[in-house]
Amino acid sequence: MHHPSRTLRRTILVCALALPAAACSDTSDTSGGAPVTITLVTHDSFAATDGIFTAFETTNNAKVIIARGADAGVVLNQAILTKGKPDGDVLWGVDNTLLSRAVQEKVFAAYKSRELSNLDPSLTGFIPTGNEATPVDRGDVCVNAHPSALAQRSLAVPSTLDELADPRYKDMLVVENPATSSPGLAFVLATRARFGEAWLDYWKKLKANGVKIADGWTTAYTVEFSGSVGKGSRPLVVSYGTSPAAEVGDDGKSATVALAATCFAQVEYAGILAGTKHTELAGKLIDFLLTTAFQEDMPGNMYVFPARAGAAVPPAFDAHGIRPAKPLTLAPADISANRESWISQWSDLMLS
Amino acid sequence: MVRPDVVLTRRVTRLVVATIPACFVAIFFVWPVAAIIARGISFGGIADVVRDPVVRRIAWFTLWQAIASTAITVAVGLPVAGIFARTDFPGRGFVQSLLMVPFVLPTIVVATAFLALLPEGLHATATAVIIAHVYFNIAVVVRTVTPAWRDLDERLGDAAATLGASPARRWRGVTLPLLRPAILSAGGIVFLFTFTSFGTALVLGGPRNRTLDVEIYRRTAQLLDLRGAAALASLQLIALAVLLTWSAHRQRATAVATQARRPTRRRNRLALVAISPVVAFVLAPLVALAARAGAWDIVTSPRGRGAIGASLRTALIAGLLATIVGGLAAAALATTSRVTGLLDVVVMLPLGTSAVTLGFGMLITFNRAPFDLRGTWAIIPVTHAVIGVPFVTRLALTALRSVDGDQRNAAATLGARPARVWWNIDWPVLRRPLMAGAGFAIAVSLGEFGASLFLARRASPTLPTLIGELLGRPGALANEQAHALAVVLAVLAGVVLFVTDRWGERTERPGARS
Repeated sequence: MHHPSRTLRRTILVCALALPAAACSDTSDTSGGAPVTITLVTHDSFAATDGIFTAFETTNNAKVIIARGADAGVVLNQAILTKGKPDGDVLWGVDNTLLSRAVQEKVFAAYKSRELSNLDPSLTGFIPTGNEATPVDRGDVCVNAHPSALAQRSLAVPSTLDELADPRYKDMLVVENPATSSPGLAFVLATRARFGEAWLDYWKKLKANGVKIADGWTTAYTVEFSGSVGKGSRPLVVSYGTSPAAEVGDDGKSATVALAATCFAQVEYAGILAGTKHTELAGKLIDFLLTTAFQEDMPGNMYVFPARAGAAVPPAFDAHGIRPAKPLTLAPADISANRESWISQWSDLMLS
Repeated sequence: MVRPDVVLTRRVTRLVVATIPACFVAIFFVWPVAAIIARGISFGGIADVVRDPVVRRIAWFTLWQAIASTAITVAVGLPVAGIFARTDFPGRGFVQSLLMVPFVLPTIVVATAFLALLPEGLHATATAVIIAHVYFNIAVVVRTVTPAWRDLDERLGDAAATLGASPARRWRGVTLPLLRPAILSAGGIVFLFTFTSFGTALVLGGPRNRTLDVEIYRRTAQLLDLRGAAALASLQLIALAVLLTWSAHRQRATAVATQARRPTRRRNRLALVAISPVVAFVLAPLVALAARAGAWDIVTSPRGRGAIGASLRTALIAGLLATIVGGLAAAALATTSRVTGLLDVVVMLPLGTSAVTLGFGMLITFNRAPFDLRGTWAIIPVTHAVIGVPFVTRLALTALRSVDGDQRNAAATLGARPARVWWNIDWPVLRRPLMAGAGFAIAVSLGEFGASLFLARRASPTLPTLIGELLGRPGALANEQAHALAVVLAVLAGVVLFVTDRWGERTERPGARS
């Protein structure tokens, strides 16, 4: 006769045995000549090829652990909450819209990287005066267009922000909510940089022109945009300057283009977390993040342009991604001081 | 008359049994949540938040859409539960597991698939949110009400029929009152989920239809406005605590003890036809999701296999933890008393707390020795278990409360010690809900990140995390990989649910051949 309780007992036994097995799969810090564990805290878009850190680990007798959180804003706020007792040693992922906040809250320990002189000249203006953080990559937020869908409606691809408000392009643009989306915020900042005090008038025109507002990039790009997997109804979307490199078809041509005049510069930083016990090693890790090996690994994994001058990018990036020479920018302090009131004004106008 | 030493043993046993779940909930839920709320709470903060017209709009929307979603979900789920309880048709087990799959899959994946299927006019509307809520939560109603319906003593209905009651009268006078505790239980959980809805409301409701949870997330995670977030989170908790207390009270008041009897099902192939619209409704987004899958080599790649392994490991541990803690909680709560009434509400609260509140709370609580659990792998399954415990408790409680107290007393009178009473009377009733609860907890852990999203994860990413990453990258390849992994996740969750359901059913008939 079948004894259900025996089966249950067997199951619990198996599960209890699985516990230590699962525990053993974790690596922990050991002392005395053993590798020092150094933790890189980052957001969920961070990606690197397996083994990229091996060179660093061997040279410095270290073990690099990647600790992933949610998005950049969340990760920064977690760092602020745990100030002085940081979750890791190096923080990767604070961008220029968040930098001022990080500096204000004294999240970082200042460090002047040896590799700063090797940075792309266009990024010199982005290095903070106190050297709290180091630029590590660049990924501009730009409007992406789907030329064939526009051609079907006998329209040329728009080139400036003003053209997006033109009635010819009615009901064609989808943007993200700046309150919940990083590219959404970047686009709002772009309009502020371009139009100054009159930025809300521009948005009134966009609203009259039928702009659609999505909650985030995934919905806007993979559902509403016509040029990507979702085959949605909108041929214009706020995305990244590198996104067209991902839409290359079998014919070697990209289905989408990025509009250079609409781009807002987005630079990502890495910094040593104040309160870490491995300051010197953390500094070496930041230097490593700027070496050619790592910088050339980044584009394929994270869809960003390297910060290092002369670092090679995949051919698709060169051909289809854009790195505008003069993107729209705002001073980090300006962003930090006004961001909330701008989002609030935008919401009052667009979401009522 | 029960002997005094037996009464004392019973009381002491109850206390010991109640202590373990109480400690678990206190350490891994109450402490972190209290810590993060305490950081920001102030009367000024609450006053500001209550007076803010935007917050009022959000709160009102959250409330009415939750009520509407709950009412519709229960209305749709009840007939389905009835069909499952009373009829047997080919593929019943499969369909039952299928219904649960949307619930356990990561919200972002299913919500975007759902959105893609909706006509554009419904994008970013309240209607879309409500429809999606019904979609996700039918399974909760079915899973909670079916066991109760199945255990219904048919003879009561038959007796009513011989006395001349029409089917409608029988439904109103006999079946419905007996089902009321289960319906209240299911309705309570669905309301809880829809009230604290985050991902669904975000993707389907769009920026104009924000819920309380989205606002709490924004203030906590993005603005670090702990003052406002604490005010909102405490208001949300208070509202839910009030609701739960009321619901628990009503459940106790309406619980009617009947004799547990061997349930029967009539074979009825027509039932499959009746069920098919619901099945089609559930399948459509899943099929759309599967259609987007491709680049299947991600599944066998080291990354994919690592994620699958991590998910399974975490889920098994979380499920085991949740079942033990939940089972003990149910055992302690089944016999009512004032103190355990409080425990009743506290055990359910994790379902009603924003994941970001719990996650950030754990971040600041477990960050100093000897409690520095932040870097350990164990914290992830624990956060999943915190969510799983309420499910297990709920399911087990509903079953235990329907056991006739007289049976226990009769056994005691016949000389059985409390342990023997428990083993012979309570345990057989408890086995099936515990199996179902365990399967549920494992499946939920497989498909969610919850609070662990807000903790720095050092181990290999789980399936939902990897899917989320891939969905955030442009290009067809990443998107296809994400959907391929989502299909794997759906299959894994479905298998877990199917197996534990089968197991649970087998234990209900100890004399039958398996």
